[in-house]
Order: sequence, then structure tokens, then C-alpha cells
Amino acid sequence: MNPEHAPLIEMKNIEKHFGSVIALNGVSLEIYPGECHCLLGDNGAGKSTFIKTMSGVHKPTRGEILFEGKPMHFEDPRDAISAGIATVYQDLAMIPLMSVSRNFFMGNEPEKKFGPLKLFDHEYANRVTMEEMRTMGINLRGPEQAVGTLSGGERQTVAIARAVHFGAKVLILDEPTSALGVRQTANVLATIDKVRKQGIAVVFITHNVRHAMAVGDRFTVLNRGQTLGTAQRGQITPDELQDMMAGGQELVALEGSLGGTV
Amino acid sequence: MSNTAEIPVSDERIKKTPAWRKALIRPELGGICGTIIVFVLFAIFAGDSGMFNSQGILNWSVVSAQFMIIAVGACLLMIAGEFDLSVGSMIGFAGMMIAIFTITLGWPVWQAIIVTFALCLAIGALNGIIVVRTGLPSFIVTLAFLFILRGFTIYLPQLIERKTIIGGIDKAAEGDWLAALFGGKILKGLFTWLGDAGIIAVFERGNRAGQPVVDGVPMLIIWALVLVAFGHFLLTRTKFGNWIFASGGDAQAARYVGVPVNRVKILMFMFTAFCACVFATCQVMEFGSAGADRGLLKEFEAIIAVVIGGALLTGGYGSVIGAALGALIFGVVQQGLFFANVESSLFRVFLGVILLFAVVLNTYIRRMITGER
Repeated sequence: MNPEHAPLIEMKNIEKHFGSVIALNGVSLEIYPGECHCLLGDNGAGKSTFIKTMSGVHKPTRGEILFEGKPMHFEDPRDAISAGIATVYQDLAMIPLMSVSRNFFMGNEPEKKFGPLKLFDHEYANRVTMEEMRTMGINLRGPEQAVGTLSGGERQTVAIARAVHFGAKVLILDEPTSALGVRQTANVLATIDKVRKQGIAVVFITHNVRHAMAVGDRFTVLNRGQTLGTAQRGQITPDELQDMMAGGQELVALEGSLGGTV
Repeated sequence: MSNTAEIPVSDERIKKTPAWRKALIRPELGGICGTIIVFVLFAIFAGDSGMFNSQGILNWSVVSAQFMIIAVGACLLMIAGEFDLSVGSMIGFAGMMIAIFTITLGWPVWQAIIVTFALCLAIGALNGIIVVRTGLPSFIVTLAFLFILRGFTIYLPQLIERKTIIGGIDKAAEGDWLAALFGGKILKGLFTWLGDAGIIAVFERGNRAGQPVVDGVPMLIIWALVLVAFGHFLLTRTKFGNWIFASGGDAQAARYVGVPVNRVKILMFMFTAFCACVFATCQVMEFGSAGADRGLLKEFEAIIAVVIGGALLTGGYGSVIGAALGALIFGVVQQGLFFANVESSLFRVFLGVILLFAVVLNTYIRRMITGER
């Protein structure tokens, strides 16, 4: 979409087989900095497998992944994270019993020297956490507040803020809105918009067309392990997207009986 | 960014948290209250029985310190999301190994201790590796080791020495530098001075007349304090501590952000084994012998102390200081009942009741933290 930019990630003809099951059958996709790329598809379409391939959890059976123009081989998710590909999983973003600040720095704990010992720098962690949360529009009672007391939307926001703080270039969001209420969904979508404006590429996985249309720049639909093409914003209507996701006819029949509410 | 002013400072849907509720969301609270209650009760009912003179204090301090040593290991492991039911058997096994190495094989005591520690750490690591690799509950894996280790502890001395208790280690340990680290006493000068100054009791007749009844602090107590301090520091002040919480809170979420969950869990199994081995070595040095039934039920006592200390059985939450207080409550009550002339079997009744009470309280606290209803 931005011809002056080179794509951050290029996925070329990705195939992934699990034994005899072909989960992905030749999926191609480019992701540019500063765009929100929506990946749509029904349950079982291969969305999760695809993003796990992108984030280094799975290795593709066939196909090539270019990251910033160079072929990439991630051994595990840690490599992907240090390269700048961060994934926020729906249920597994945060640990409820731990404080927001301990969660925020989980896996990236700041340390200060204390004689020969290295200590967890709680002071720094607390200060940064409060600042970042305020930027994202969440007012914490204190950095020691347990994540369990936050709403689902706030937890997603903390996870997104965390990924951005640690230098993510690509942010993969796995169904961030599917379990949220209306207000919380709006908050998360607003957060996505803020992140995109900082020049970070957002890959937004959802099966809700309306959420996708609200923030998406481009839309790729997956169906039965294949792409049905990528569309620009304004070139496609919500109804067309919905039909593509469901694979066409069945939903047309259903929609008739439900009066267009799906 | 400077748009902070637009955001409303408070949410009308969030009630102000009262101070007592905030205090309740500290894992140590139950332990602190319990400790105060226990001390007040025994001060009233056993205050004049000698429970709080130097000998009495030493008596319950030693018992509490024993509980503390194994509670620290169990606590960190439980926060990391796993159990170790093989602690008691490990104590018996470690003690027996030291005895066999020293008496049967005639090794110097320091060598026997070092090899035993290495062996126990290896078994701890094996426990951890099996749990992590198979994904089986640690409850079952360590239950298997409870029987395996206890079985060897009974079988080996019968096979080698034709008895179930091997003695004579105290003689072999005389003058051994490493044995002194587990069986000796320190601050002897201080206690002699205290005795001379009339602050603590001294022997009034016999060949030790004039010497203090309590002549030093046993190394066991020093080990307990050092392990508690180490555990507390590790858990609250270091990066690794954060990993322990994360591994127990939600292993998958922790893995996604790059926490080496498997390494953390295996290391905690090894630390628990280390604590059991410290316990066993101190015990062997104190008694001068190793018995096949040593350490029986210790795994459960450790877990109870940890739970009284506010840790959640499901992992991810707890405190080493709390566990240490749980161990203190344990020691004081077990010995206090004796001083107060109460039938000692009632100790078990007390254990069961306080365990139940602690678990209910912890569940309530957990709901409060996570906002579940």
C-alpha cells in the first residue's frame, strides 16, 4: 500500500503440514510498516497456524519468509521477539496473580547492580509501567495492582503496550476482541490505531468483520488453508468479506433466514 | 506524551479499597496473625512451664528451624507451580547415604556429604525433568519417588549392614570441617558470657557446673535463617524470582514472553532436594546416626507450613517469609503442647484445623486479587 516502504515481512507460498493434515496450502502475504493488516477467517481456516509460523512457533513445511528483505529462520519464539515480532495471545497475555509491573517486565526484567548481585529494578519497572499505562489511557491504582483486577480489554492493552515498549516492529494480535464487550472492544481498537500511527505494523486476527473494518487498512481472508486474496480498504464491502470467510453459498442461505444479522 | 489530563482520574464504578483489604492482600498476613495468636496463647497457658527460658526457646526454635528448612524449598517450588511429595523420603535417603558412605565405605565425612548432596540434586533434577518433559502432574511423579526413595532407604542398610539404623557417624565426624557446618554450634562465647552475667540459666551442679545450659546456637537454626533470607531475596528482589512467579502463574503465558519455564521448574525441584539434604545432614550430625524411617510425613508438613504462610496450591502466589512463619507456628505449637501438658496427639488435630482454615482464607484472598466472583 505504501510503495515508498519495503514490506517488513513477506510470506511466500507458506505450506504447513501436520502429519497428513494440510493446515496451510500456499499462503502469501506482505506486511508493511504502519499498516493494520486484518487476517480474517472462520474457525479452522488456518489463522492460528499462519501467525504461529510468522512468530516462530512453527516452521513452515514449504515456502519462504522474508523479514526486512532477508530470509528468516527462527528457532523459537524468543528469536522472533528479539527480531521485533511480538505476538499477543487472547487468553495468555497476562498472569492475573502478578502485579501489572511484574507482568509488564516479565521476561525482560530490568536489573540494577547491588554489589556483586543483580537485582530486579522495581523502582524503574514501576515508574515505566505507570507512564506506559497512562499513555495508553489506563489509570492504575498503582503498579502493584494485580492484573486480575483489570478488565479483559485493559489486559490486552497492557500486553500491547508491553510489546510496543520492548521495540516490536510487527505486532500480531490473536483475536484480541473476541471475548470483549462493546466498550472494551472500542478501547482495544483505539489502542491498535495508536500503535499503527507509531509506524508499527499490526497484524489483527479476527473473525468479526465489523471490528476489522473499523481499523483495517488491508484485509486478507483465509479459508481452508488458502488465501482468497488481499483487499485494500474501500475496495471491499463488509458483506463481501463475510461471504469470503464463510466460503460463499452456505452463509447466503443462512443469512436469508436470520435477516442479515450475522 | 502529554494527553494525560484528559483521562478521568477515578472510575465511579471502582469502590475505594479499604486499608484492611489491602493488608489482607499480602500473603504473609495469615502467618503473621497466626504467629501472634500462637505466642499469646502459649504465653498465657504455658508461660510458667519453662517454655520461654533459654532451654525452652532453644527447644522450639530447633523444631521450627527444621520445618523452615524444608518449607523454603517447598514454598519456592509451589510458587513455581509444582509439588514435591518426595521430600520426606529424600531426607531419609540422604541421611542413609551419608551413613553408608561414612561407615560402610569409610569415606571422610566431608566427602560423604558432598557426594550425597550431588546425588540428591541429581534426583531433584530427575524429578523436575520427568515432570517438565511428560507434562504429568508433579503430584504423581514425586509420589512415585516418595516410594522409590523410601524403599531404597529401608533396603540398602539391611542389605549392607543388616540393620535399619546406622550409627557411629558422630565419632567419624569429629574434627571434620564440613560436618561442623551442619552439626556444630556458634556464638558459644556469647552464651558463656550470658550465663556468667546471669541472663540465662547455668548448670548448678555436676561436671559442667557454671556453664550455660544452652551453650550456643545450633547450625541448624543458622541454615534455616540463611535459607529463608536467600529464598525471600531470590523471590522478591531478582529477575529469577519474577520467573518463579510467572512459571507458576501461567506457564504458557510465561513461555510466550521468553521465560525459560522448564529451567525454572527443574531448578526449583533441585532446590527442594537441596533443602531436604540440608535437613538430613543436620539431623544425622545431631543424632550421630541415620535411620530408615527418618523424615516420614515431612513432605506434608512442609506443604502445610507453606499453605499457612499464604501460598496458593495452584502456584504463582506466595511468600517465603510467610512459609517461615508457618514453620514457626508449627514448631511452637508442637513443642508448646508438650510444655502446656496437653496430649501431643492433639497436635495433628490442630494441624488439620489450621490447614483447612488457611486454605479457605487463601482461596478468599485469591478471589480478591483476581477479581473473580
